[in-house]
Amino acid sequence: MNEFFGSTLFFGAVITIAFYECGILLKRKFKLALFNPLLICVVAIILFLVLTGTAYSVYYDGAKYISYLLTPATVCLAIPLYEQMELLKKNWKAVMAGILSGVLTSLTTVFALAALFHTGRALYVTLLPKSVTTAIGVGIAQELGGVVTITAAAIILTGIFGNMIAQTVYRVFHITEPIARGVGLGTAAHAIGTARAMEMGEVEGAMSSLSIAVAGVVTVVGASLFANLPV
Amino acid sequence: MKYIKQMGIILAISFVGELLHHFLPLPIPASIYGLALMLLMLQTKLLRLHAVRETGKFLVEIMPIMFVPAMVGLVDDWHYLKPIWLLFPIVVVVVTILVMLVSAAVTQLVIRWEKKRDE
Repeated sequence: MNEFFGSTLFFGAVITIAFYECGILLKRKFKLALFNPLLICVVAIILFLVLTGTAYSVYYDGAKYISYLLTPATVCLAIPLYEQMELLKKNWKAVMAGILSGVLTSLTTVFALAALFHTGRALYVTLLPKSVTTAIGVGIAQELGGVVTITAAAIILTGIFGNMIAQTVYRVFHITEPIARGVGLGTAAHAIGTARAMEMGEVEGAMSSLSIAVAGVVTVVGASLFANLPV
Repeated sequence: MKYIKQMGIILAISFVGELLHHFLPLPIPASIYGLALMLLMLQTKLLRLHAVRETGKFLVEIMPIMFVPAMVGLVDDWHYLKPIWLLFPIVVVVVTILVMLVSAAVTQLVIRWEKKRDE
């Protein structure tokens, strides 16, 4: 099938959008966290590629035009943030306290688990930046001498998992403030979590967008300090 | 014409973000520079909201789909994860839940504490 799909320009983009829409339909029908449109879409495409014997590179040739817009879209997260500026100014202490405590939690728990499992330094610094947005996290791992591919995989799976689990975490632990919900998603699950926050509401989305940027920059400094700890 | 002009502005800001990423020696991606720059321009009224609003909202709305191609790429990198099949899911699950819970709970606590103090 490589030959046929490889000769079309629109195959990759079409199955991406088609499976995503299927995911949305399933989510609407069964209101379960597991029926996450992103997760369903990714799993369905992987199955499709494996079953038809189509190479990832063939799929990516068409699908890359969708990813092309990722940087401009991230830039545009400034728009909801700007619209919620008054709310942010009023609550900036709470927001900053939330993001900083989240980053610290991320670095300490990765350190604790790495020490517990005796991973060695290379794997430890590979996983250290796993909570931040891909471009920042991969940059940090590279700087510290980690395995970039694993970092990228950890970041993406963190995003999907955070996107899936947020509703449950917030319900179980009674997190009802929209600002707090946004900060939690953006700090723990970066841009993929923010996609979920946008669905929850405008305030959640704006606070989540801010958290990606702040948590990312704070982690640049924090990870380089934590990397010196012995594991 | 409105949409093409809005797209032009958004792409131009993204491009300046790329320039900053290229010339500044920090591991901060072009998109984050761009986000900060657009926010600064909106805040200082250098850029008016209506000049980017519709196209910007559209891009933010379709953003989840943009992650899919990279995620599907995991299929090619699977063998890297085999040696750490046990540790890897534990780290992802435990750290993500803890970070989400701590950052959201701290934010909520401070908001409620400030509300109480102001009353």
